[in-house]
Amino acid sequence: MASNSSGSDSSDRQRIAQQRLSVIAGHLQRPVEGNSGILAAECKAQGDKLDVSSEGRTVPRRRQEIMKWNGWGYSDSKFLYNKKGQAEFTGKRYRLSGMIIPGLREWMESTFGANLQHKTPAAPILNSSAVQPPTLNEAFLKELKSTGIPFSHDAEDRVFRSHGHCLHEIFALREGKIGRVPDLVVWPNCHNDVVKIVELACKHNVCLMPYGGGTSVSSALECPPEETRSIVSLDTSQMNRILWIDEKNLTAHVEAGIVGQDLERLLNESGYCTGHEPDSMEFSSLGGWVATRASGMKKNIYGNIEDLVVHIKMVTPQGVIEKSCQGPRMSTGPDVHHFIMGSEGTLGVVTEVTMKIRPMPEYQKYGSVVFPNFEMGVACLREVARQRCAPASIRLMDNEQFKFGHALKPQVSSIFTSFLDGLKKFYITKFKGFDPNRLCVATLLFEGDREKVLQHEKQVYDIAAKFGGLAAGEDNGQRGYMLTFVIAYLRDLGMDYYVIGESFETSVPWDRVLDICRNVKARIVRECKDKGVQFPPLSTCRVTQTYDAGACVYFYFAFNYRGLSDPVHVYEQVEHAAREEILANGGSLSHHHGVGKLRKEWMRETISSVGMGMLKSVKDYVDPNNIFGNRNLL
Amino acid sequence: MTSTYKDSGTASLKDEEEFTDILEERRRTTDLGYALRTFNPQLYKGAPSSSTSDLKKAVLESQYLRYIAKEIALETGSSVEKVRQEARGILEEMSHNLQLGFIRLMAYTFNKVFKRLFRSIYVNMEGLNMLQQAIQESPVILMPNHRSYVDFLIVSFILFTYDIPIPVIAAGIPLASMKVVGEILRRSGAFFIRRAIGSDKLYWAVLSEYVRTIVRTGCAPLEFYVEGFRSRTLKSVVPKLGMMDMVLEPYFKGEVFDITLVPISISYDRVVEESLLALELLGVPKPKESTTGLFKASRVLQEDYGCMHVNFGRPLSVRQLCEGKINRSEYNLIPRDLPQRPSTEIQDCVNWVAHLIVRTQEEGSLISPWSLMACLLLQAPITTLTEEGLQWHGLTEKTLWLRKLVLDFRGRLNWPAHTPDSDVMSSTVALHRSIVHHKAGRVCLVQDGDPASQDPLSPEEGVMRTAAAVLMLVSYRNQALHVFVRPGILATAIHITKSTQKDELFSFFCFLRDVFANEFIFIPGRASQDFDEACSLLQKCGAVHMSEQEVTVLETGLEVLSFLQKLLQPFLDSYQLIFRYLCENGAHVFTEKQFLPAVQNLATKLILSGDLHTFEVLSSDTQKNVLSALRRLEAVTKLRASQQNEYKVNKAAVRRTGDILSGKIPPESLHAIPDARL
Repeated sequence: MASNSSGSDSSDRQRIAQQRLSVIAGHLQRPVEGNSGILAAECKAQGDKLDVSSEGRTVPRRRQEIMKWNGWGYSDSKFLYNKKGQAEFTGKRYRLSGMIIPGLREWMESTFGANLQHKTPAAPILNSSAVQPPTLNEAFLKELKSTGIPFSHDAEDRVFRSHGHCLHEIFALREGKIGRVPDLVVWPNCHNDVVKIVELACKHNVCLMPYGGGTSVSSALECPPEETRSIVSLDTSQMNRILWIDEKNLTAHVEAGIVGQDLERLLNESGYCTGHEPDSMEFSSLGGWVATRASGMKKNIYGNIEDLVVHIKMVTPQGVIEKSCQGPRMSTGPDVHHFIMGSEGTLGVVTEVTMKIRPMPEYQKYGSVVFPNFEMGVACLREVARQRCAPASIRLMDNEQFKFGHALKPQVSSIFTSFLDGLKKFYITKFKGFDPNRLCVATLLFEGDREKVLQHEKQVYDIAAKFGGLAAGEDNGQRGYMLTFVIAYLRDLGMDYYVIGESFETSVPWDRVLDICRNVKARIVRECKDKGVQFPPLSTCRVTQTYDAGACVYFYFAFNYRGLSDPVHVYEQVEHAAREEILANGGSLSHHHGVGKLRKEWMRETISSVGMGMLKSVKDYVDPNNIFGNRNLL
Repeated sequence: MTSTYKDSGTASLKDEEEFTDILEERRRTTDLGYALRTFNPQLYKGAPSSSTSDLKKAVLESQYLRYIAKEIALETGSSVEKVRQEARGILEEMSHNLQLGFIRLMAYTFNKVFKRLFRSIYVNMEGLNMLQQAIQESPVILMPNHRSYVDFLIVSFILFTYDIPIPVIAAGIPLASMKVVGEILRRSGAFFIRRAIGSDKLYWAVLSEYVRTIVRTGCAPLEFYVEGFRSRTLKSVVPKLGMMDMVLEPYFKGEVFDITLVPISISYDRVVEESLLALELLGVPKPKESTTGLFKASRVLQEDYGCMHVNFGRPLSVRQLCEGKINRSEYNLIPRDLPQRPSTEIQDCVNWVAHLIVRTQEEGSLISPWSLMACLLLQAPITTLTEEGLQWHGLTEKTLWLRKLVLDFRGRLNWPAHTPDSDVMSSTVALHRSIVHHKAGRVCLVQDGDPASQDPLSPEEGVMRTAAAVLMLVSYRNQALHVFVRPGILATAIHITKSTQKDELFSFFCFLRDVFANEFIFIPGRASQDFDEACSLLQKCGAVHMSEQEVTVLETGLEVLSFLQKLLQPFLDSYQLIFRYLCENGAHVFTEKQFLPAVQNLATKLILSGDLHTFEVLSSDTQKNVLSALRRLEAVTKLRASQQNEYKVNKAAVRRTGDILSGKIPPESLHAIPDARL
């Protein structure tokens, strides 16, 4: 089964891929991977698998080598105000890197009432003495050592795996406050390693918490404070190989620890892609996507994770669960994959996944449309969904977010471009009579073969025109998508200046989209006022996905917390109220972020008591001793 | 901006200073100049500028109406197009056609009329300011009480004066059929609702969609009378829920973020229709609304009606009011466009909000010295009033005593400052010379009709004549009743049970509250708060002493308690009489048409024989209230199949209720507290 179709054609591709890889590797300041050889050797016993991905890994065991310990992403990339007081994005990794963003300061000052004089710097380094000494299960440790699987109880390693990226988690880290953290980190290298670890954990009653990319925003990685057993964080990041590619069936078998950018890059080398691009794809892992029911930006073409997965292997305390074949659809009772997808690490560790792959698209084109107001924009998206002609991605930003996007425009190099921008603005606001305080913009991404893309593009723009939409250029569209990767960095800048915030999402039927957007935004504003927030908050939303029967809506919420004694508590109260509002307006508890511990309290009303009982009985059978004790979901 | 119920209703003398006489400026400027003033109000921020035809189109094309039309077509076998045509007709008949030109015309006319009728129209500016703010934030519902035809459009008049968007107003259809005037009203923002809609499904659908669309879009403030109609008794009427339900639904369904309710209390020194009202209550039919009738009524312009107070209450956020009471997600599983029967939770909440609004209207209304005098005059024996008259000196003294009690009870009093009390008293009596006259140190009831007439009145006619005068007094007493009701019911409970035990008094208090729920406004589910309020007020005025378990009457409190008990005695007497009629005289099944005159006959007889001391039972309002109360207590049931309102009476149950009311048997614990959450 292992090595498949790969004829001379595919080995050619591989050769080309290798070349391209080395180029990319040059761009990336890739960490030294001293131990990759050893790790691969350890799992060689598994057979002659075609290890497509022996190189090009992004995530090292010691994440601290390239990533921030108390903020988002790479250590070398961040927003800051330079000596001239201009905002700038550091590093070399992104299109925005090294650029000045002239509009950001004014936007921050006017939107939040923030001020460069009022700083709230983060604790510069992790103080290891603030970390509680580990509670180790000696018997477990002894047997673990004998397996040769790498592990660590170094304070930094443990702290890195104790949190996701919820506001309260990052806020606490910035203040140098560290709560309960895992006692041990292990780095299995392959499926068999995981089987051994889970067996030992069961034997010695140790609590296991799977860790993939660490991008959770649902408190899923928080150690339950009531947990008294030794907590072992099972970091899948080293299980990151593509084991085989099946070009006849267009599937790839991949280890679940691989992060999105590596998966995509490595498949691209063979001329393929999964097309699964969640906003967190730089850091989030395949296993994490499966465990939370992730959704990607281009799901209109490629599908969400549940559409992409063909086969899953998961290690549970009861043993390994997997299906016997790779049939594209089965009628064999309830689909057991759906116990795994969304199980959020409560049942076991996903180790290997077979996923659909597609040939890389021949042609990509960005686009954007300006609408006179949000109502028209939503009506247009609804029509696009009705006609089932959504491009790979279509997103509609509200007016506040449009302005925000505008503030993030990098300095333009030529007078000509700035002149052109001015002209465009004049055309839209003066000539077309759009109110700059009401207009909103949709960003588009088309993919496929060139001819079809152009045809498709015309169809979508024609629909947009019926709703008063004006095409506003490729550039605006592309910038919109680029921003999704840097926006997470922006929160760290805000936090340097008394501004805290977060995003959260929901899915909702079409007829309620406008109502939910209006009501949730208004609720946030009112709650902030009631809770004593001194400045008006940023409360904005965008429609990020369209479905036949509804849409996914994303809310951004941030405020200046100067004058508040417990800003995080206020933040949490407001977010709680906003979620209540979402549910009252027919929105779902989550579209793709998951439940974790943050949204557990609403699970029963969401899926009914019987539904809870069903999930619970599965948990009770699969993991009676709560080895996978992160206490998410239920 | 908005605040919860708890904050409102604290009245003090200071409030009076905040009222501004809006006629004062009008008297100084020209009517025409005023009518042509620039009008440029701040609108609701979410409102699209939409015309009345847009509104009609939105209603007709709504998914909801499409659905209903299809359903009706299926039921009746007619075509969908026909049903929709019919809906269009209903909508045409209903729709307002608000035009600024007609508002100006209205303002011009009203200016002239009001300046003749009233000495002053006082408006609280703070309330107007809050309203102006509220209108920009969310759709606003203006909810005035309705005591006189004069107050139809008064709110529009005031809002025009202060540059606030003109409301559209729900009106009864008879107004629409008045020649010319109907059209003027329509163009001044009135929309018209048929009286007995009954089970006309299409009509309900058009009306509710029309109302909801107005609220949803926030195109104009919506004004309606939650009491449903003009109160003939000048007492608050138990709210009607149909319109309230339609108005709140857009919030329940998440179609708007919030809705603001503004209770408005309109109070008069003297009501233009006072004598008509009394006659109507006695069964003399009211004249049909007609344009010629309106002109005939122009003689009322010759008279003095004192002052009018329009008190704009604190805007209430529906969102805040409903918090914790309802779960809006019950609308998640059915498309919101489809008709859906609201859950009992929602219905209870609507009922609660409606009662709360009426209570707030009560608390915001101003009590005139005349109302206090009416309370006292009615406690004098009727022969004293009709014959020798009541001592002026005694009445003055007692009125001043009552003034203090009202203030103790946190009532809002409209007692002219900086005027000697004796002047206030005599000018008040002068204003109401159609009801009483003051001569030679005595006050007598004025009775209509020529005493020198050739044909002496029959005794029965005499009773009716006196009743007409008494019922006028009663209606002015009613304006003050809401201040006294809660302590009054406690005083009655003390009087009847002779108990000092708090729990015993509480259960009797609840029983009375239950029996009289059609008579007075009690907010559902607030029995214990009402009881506590009654206790604390009686304690405050030194009438009782409270301990953990007991309520003891103090020597100093006898005057207060006896006043309160006598204030409510007519209600007890009336109810007992009707109970007695039902148990002894009536058949097991009766119609409303038989019931009303039969009760009136019996009452007249008993008044003549001196066995009945109240004329209030002669009022059809009282009679209907008793019937409603008995239906609520399930002692009387309405027969379903019946076309002409037939009722079946359970005599044992009526008798038992009467026995509890007279204190012969203790009230069973009626309350399983069904609406504890409220």
